[in-house]
Amino acid sequence: MKYASQCVAYWYFTCAMVLFGVQILAGALAGTVYVLPNVLSELLPFNIIRMIHTNALIVWLLMGFFGCAYYLVPEEAERDIESPFLAYVQLGLLMFGALAAVVGYTQGVHGGREFLEQPLWIKIAIVVVALIFLYNVSMTVLKGRRTAVTNVLLLGLWGIAVFWLFAFYAPDNLSLDKVYWWYIVHLWVEGVWELVMASVLAFLMIKTTGVDREVIEKWLYAIVGLALFSGLLGTGHHYYWIGAPGYWQWIGSIFSALEIAPFFAMVIFAFKMVFKGRKDHPNRAAVLWSLGCTVGAFFGAGIWGFLHTLSFVNYYTHGTQVTAAHGHLAFFGAYVMLNLALITYAMPYLRGKAPYHQTLNILSFWIMTGAMTVMTFALTFAGAVQVHLQRVMGISYMEVQDQIAPFYWVRLGSGVLVAIAALMYLWSVFGPVGERKATGAKVAVQPAE
Amino acid sequence: MSERFTKSAARNVFYGGSVFFFAIFVGLTAQSHWHILTTSTDVSTLTESVVRGKEVWEKNSCINCHSLLGEGAYFAPELGNVWVRYGGKDDAEAAREGLIAWMQSQPTGIEGRRQMPQFHLTDQELNDLVDFLEWTSRINTQNWPPNDAG
Repeated sequence: MKYASQCVAYWYFTCAMVLFGVQILAGALAGTVYVLPNVLSELLPFNIIRMIHTNALIVWLLMGFFGCAYYLVPEEAERDIESPFLAYVQLGLLMFGALAAVVGYTQGVHGGREFLEQPLWIKIAIVVVALIFLYNVSMTVLKGRRTAVTNVLLLGLWGIAVFWLFAFYAPDNLSLDKVYWWYIVHLWVEGVWELVMASVLAFLMIKTTGVDREVIEKWLYAIVGLALFSGLLGTGHHYYWIGAPGYWQWIGSIFSALEIAPFFAMVIFAFKMVFKGRKDHPNRAAVLWSLGCTVGAFFGAGIWGFLHTLSFVNYYTHGTQVTAAHGHLAFFGAYVMLNLALITYAMPYLRGKAPYHQTLNILSFWIMTGAMTVMTFALTFAGAVQVHLQRVMGISYMEVQDQIAPFYWVRLGSGVLVAIAALMYLWSVFGPVGERKATGAKVAVQPAE
Repeated sequence: MSERFTKSAARNVFYGGSVFFFAIFVGLTAQSHWHILTTSTDVSTLTESVVRGKEVWEKNSCINCHSLLGEGAYFAPELGNVWVRYGGKDDAEAAREGLIAWMQSQPTGIEGRRQMPQFHLTDQELNDLVDFLEWTSRINTQNWPPNDAG
């Protein structure tokens, strides 16, 4: 660790991983209710379980992004964080809000727009959290060295905060409601989050491969350019069937089909840099997660997104298990793996140790990605059958669900494997490390520029 | 990438292009907003009870089991066209009674069946919710879903 204030990232990662656990637990529970529908039906209905599953995911990813920013901004700006104290206040507030939301949900305290179920005071607290954060990182960057990595990262983070404001606008007209709801949901995950992802990835490449910064930053601008050029108008693929004009079928199909381009570029970029660098970084697990992240995002967000994005396909697949398959692999591949990559990279520095528990970490990588792949295929097949029976033949929803039950068992099984792999990952990152490795870090792995 | 395509060129393309596409997107959003208010939804029947029904829908987080116009969870049937599925176009009274009776009889408690909770809605809330679903079924959705199964 070059700057003492980077250690705030440790606590962000810790809290993020706690919520990661909550997310997986709720996911496994929801998967269980799918196959054993009477489980908990009186105590904790499915809608509440799902709310916790999705909300915990979103909040822990954001918390991870904040941690990434607090870790990498000092190294990029070459100075300490403006105010580590504010960073801790921000974390405390966000974690309190997140846990209060989860407890509240179980007691029936929630709103009802999907993913925006937080009560108003928590939505406002999120604005406060964002303001503290943006002040803190922006000041750190402005007073220090400015790089392409921090430029793009800051733009992404400011974008997250700005689009969040649409959470406060809920028109009575359902169609309008949906149009602006996507200003948060789509412009986050298929817009500004990609800026965060690409900049963190660029940072990891600079650090682990030793390739010249100029080369990497040129790639970074090209990738985020592709992301926004396709992703902004790509929002149109959510406007096909909600009451918006018909021209969105053309615009949405064309531009969202191009959304695969930035993810493809990320794969080429990461592999090219790692081969070109010819620097054997001792943290092999971090390099593996970084490369894996680009591949996971390419398949989950890119391929599985393209699979059902063209309007004449989406007419049949919209709102089926095909969507669920895409959602799971896209979030995992792009954003979960990105966070796990940076955490794997940063933790040895944050704990002052040489890279440790590499074998266990790498094993958790393969089990987790393997299990997520199985889950994605199970849901995709379920979706294909559902599309045929329900959307083509017109058989009623519940009858069709009975037909695809076997796929839900596979999904539950793979979900349990993900949980096991997550435990392995957590142990490999937070678990005790022998004393003999305690002093290696500073000598062995000072990152190259 | 070739040497002519420099980092600053890439940066300028990124910023310029993003502003360009964002401006187009905002413009089209404005046009869509207008289209929704004038053409695809029936603003004249967006009554207070429909608005209250939307609140009932949100307060009970129906979206985290059902989908509405294809968005939401996929654990329970699509409800954007439930009014049509219940025959509301031909016999509005029967559809209303059918939907209310369904909600009041939950949960079924049948082993191996997905359970919808009992939300203890008042008569007014039930009727408002049905008004909201009826209004929603009349949105011009470009003929989605493909059939009544939703």
